[in-house]
Amino acid sequence: MKAYKIHLAGVGGQGTIKTSTIIGEAAMKKGLNVVMSELHGMAQRGGVVTTDIKIGDAYSPLIEKGDADLIIGFEPAEVLRSIEKASDKTFVIMNSARIVPFTVSLGISSYPDASIIINEAKSKFKHLYILNAEKLAMEAGNVVSLNMVLLGGAAAIPGFPLKKEELIQSMKENLPPKTMEINLKAFNLGYEKICKEH
Amino acid sequence: MNVEKILLEEEGRKLFLLGNEAAVRGALESGVSFASTYPGTPSSEIGNVFSKLAKKAGVYFEFSTNEKVALEGSAAAAAAGLRSFVFMKHVGLNVAADSFMSTAYIGVNGGMIILTADDPSMYSSQNEQDNRIYARLAGVPLLEPSNPQEVKDLMKFGFELSEQVKLPVLMRTTTRVSHMRGIVKLGKIQFPVSKGFFKKEPNKYVPVPANARRMHKEMREKLEKVEEIANATEINKSYDFGDELGIITSGGAFNYVMDVVRENNIPAKVLKLTLTYPFPEVLVKDFISKVSKVLIIEEVEPVMEQEVLSIAGKYKIPVDIHGKLDSSLPRIYEYTPDIVREGIEKVVSHKTEKRRYFKTNVTLPVRPPILCPGCPHRATYFAVKKAVEKLNLKNVIFPTDIGCYTLGIQPPYEMADYLLSMGSSIGTGAGFSHATNQKVVSFIGDSTFFHAGLPGLVNAVHNKANLLVVIMDNRTTAMTGRQPSPSEPINGMGEEVPEISIENVVKGIGVKFVETVDPYNLKKAEDTFERALKEEGVSVVISKHPCALITDSEKRKRNFWVTFTINQEKCTKCMICINEWTCPAFYVEKDGTVKIDPLICDGCGVCTQVCPENAIEVRK
Ligand code: SF4
Ligand code: SF4
Repeated sequence: MKAYKIHLAGVGGQGTIKTSTIIGEAAMKKGLNVVMSELHGMAQRGGVVTTDIKIGDAYSPLIEKGDADLIIGFEPAEVLRSIEKASDKTFVIMNSARIVPFTVSLGISSYPDASIIINEAKSKFKHLYILNAEKLAMEAGNVVSLNMVLLGGAAAIPGFPLKKEELIQSMKENLPPKTMEINLKAFNLGYEKICKEH
Repeated sequence: MNVEKILLEEEGRKLFLLGNEAAVRGALESGVSFASTYPGTPSSEIGNVFSKLAKKAGVYFEFSTNEKVALEGSAAAAAAGLRSFVFMKHVGLNVAADSFMSTAYIGVNGGMIILTADDPSMYSSQNEQDNRIYARLAGVPLLEPSNPQEVKDLMKFGFELSEQVKLPVLMRTTTRVSHMRGIVKLGKIQFPVSKGFFKKEPNKYVPVPANARRMHKEMREKLEKVEEIANATEINKSYDFGDELGIITSGGAFNYVMDVVRENNIPAKVLKLTLTYPFPEVLVKDFISKVSKVLIIEEVEPVMEQEVLSIAGKYKIPVDIHGKLDSSLPRIYEYTPDIVREGIEKVVSHKTEKRRYFKTNVTLPVRPPILCPGCPHRATYFAVKKAVEKLNLKNVIFPTDIGCYTLGIQPPYEMADYLLSMGSSIGTGAGFSHATNQKVVSFIGDSTFFHAGLPGLVNAVHNKANLLVVIMDNRTTAMTGRQPSPSEPINGMGEEVPEISIENVVKGIGVKFVETVDPYNLKKAEDTFERALKEEGVSVVISKHPCALITDSEKRKRNFWVTFTINQEKCTKCMICINEWTCPAFYVEKDGTVKIDPLICDGCGVCTQVCPENAIEVRK
């Protein structure tokens, strides 16, 4: 199978790596080849976190410029930071809830207006899905389940190589049992939201 | 995935493992008895996993005080006939280098693997030195895995090779291999031998000059044997996709080569080298004789490229050799598939399809890593800064060290002026005090102090330096993921151990002014620093408060979490909390109101001491 390439972009603490691992293990259980690259280093302290995953025939997890099939954006500015991974073919899910870094309060950098980011995304990406994952996560019962909202959204993207049930099974193996109820709810909210958009 | 699976999952099953986790499984499948490390990214997860599994697996494991000690422990275990595994980040091998070099002369009985996790592009390091050169400097065989499965399999290969030729084996990973996840097919766990026996043979183990001369000769003979193996082994393997170009590659770069060559139908032969030192001369000579052009694709130094150049020269092989030295590929930093594709395009006639990708002109906010909300280091920096201002000291030099507190380089603290390596703040601080008339305040963490700060402090006292050393004791090795440090009552096996009192150690060295203070009490801390700064000679303040990640997990367990908020009626928008205190939980609304994000606030409450209006209150 030609590799399906997923890029996840977020900020330390958003559960980007956990989400990637859930996808990767689900692919493995399905009998597909999968490779993934995670960069943590100083991630714990609010830095940028990205992961690349390739499902199918691939040696290296790193995605070439313009070659991502799907970008899962945990934060709007981070989606734009990863824009070089995207081209016309790329599907993009973008969480619209922002995380403003402290450098902005200190006045040493600035965060563009929401409308600028959204217009830029709309003008570039051919297949863009915007959702407020934070809001949906709170609806599900806990804001930290926002990564599962986005995972649910990914499951609804045309061409995504894993089925909903396969991802849910992997969630069960990777998340604490007592959080499952909320996480499942979050997952389904994300799934339905993206389904409605196409 | 539950970490226990790395030990308990059965032979034949598959796990989705990080390169670092695969290293542990590989060691356990090889019956490793002794494992030691000093944590450092990108190798840290290896130790974290051992720390959880060692007891159950019957393996002795330690977080050593530094890499040199870690290597020495492992070398002794190997001398006693056990299989031993020592691992560290690339710069850790510099610390261990003295003993590492001798280990190559003395050799081993049980297999010994030394893993160095290099960090091309410096994601979390001060340099990107290529430790493949260390294999050549010391004279030990070198293995370069490309993915987690290979990391695991090469552990077994490495132990067997080590025992066969009685040399330690160096395994070099990079960040992209250590932090790559992939499917790993498991082998059988081998239960370790718990105790070895050391048979005395001083001529074999003590490299006094007469012995060392003999040992060097023996080591070269052993390496000749390894070179024969390298020429024949199936882990040095070629793939045939055409004739126009020969590519020689290793490690993480191999993955990019395979994807780029196959996806773009590049007519190339690929030689993947895995046992790369001693360099397989016969194998490479045959390979480059079959093609007219060779491109060497390797990360950081042109190590293999120089080997290939010398083989071509020695045998007068008419072949064009490309790589870093003719600028076909970048000389520094890690590679990516894009870089590899561009490099290949430069030397072949076959052109790949032009890549299209988007770009943006929108300026994005920067997200540097920051000290956590509730971090005790913030309080320490704040208090030292106030004390320095109060005494009106100018041009104070702040040598810093390696840990979360290096982030003190950022505004508004800006108290990190000079840094060389682990433990260097005290040595350099003393140097500055002799070389200038400026006041010196050195910052060092607890774990770093034990790692390599101690000799510096002894030296400072002995040579009458004039400096204040602030030991920031946050009760752990925070930056690499909270491994226990010697000042904690627990070790890497989870056993209770006596706490080593930093205060007693410092007093024992003969420092006269030694005080311990809790930086959360800003006023008291400021006062202590002020008195310390007035001292002549070496003074030490131990600024002691647990890392916020420790207190957070305790609070989470107890389910007791207060947060703070700003009483807008009292707040005068003086911005001291933003501009001087700079806890990331604070933010300013568009209309100028200052707020605290309850999701980020850790509830430390220290900001209440910073606010001159007493506007910060517990959120009800
Ligand atoms: S991990 Fe601990 S020491 Fe490091 S920045 Fe956070 S609170 Fe401070
Ligand atoms: S109490 Fe104040 S200083 Fe502490 S984390 Fe909360 S906002 Fe930051």
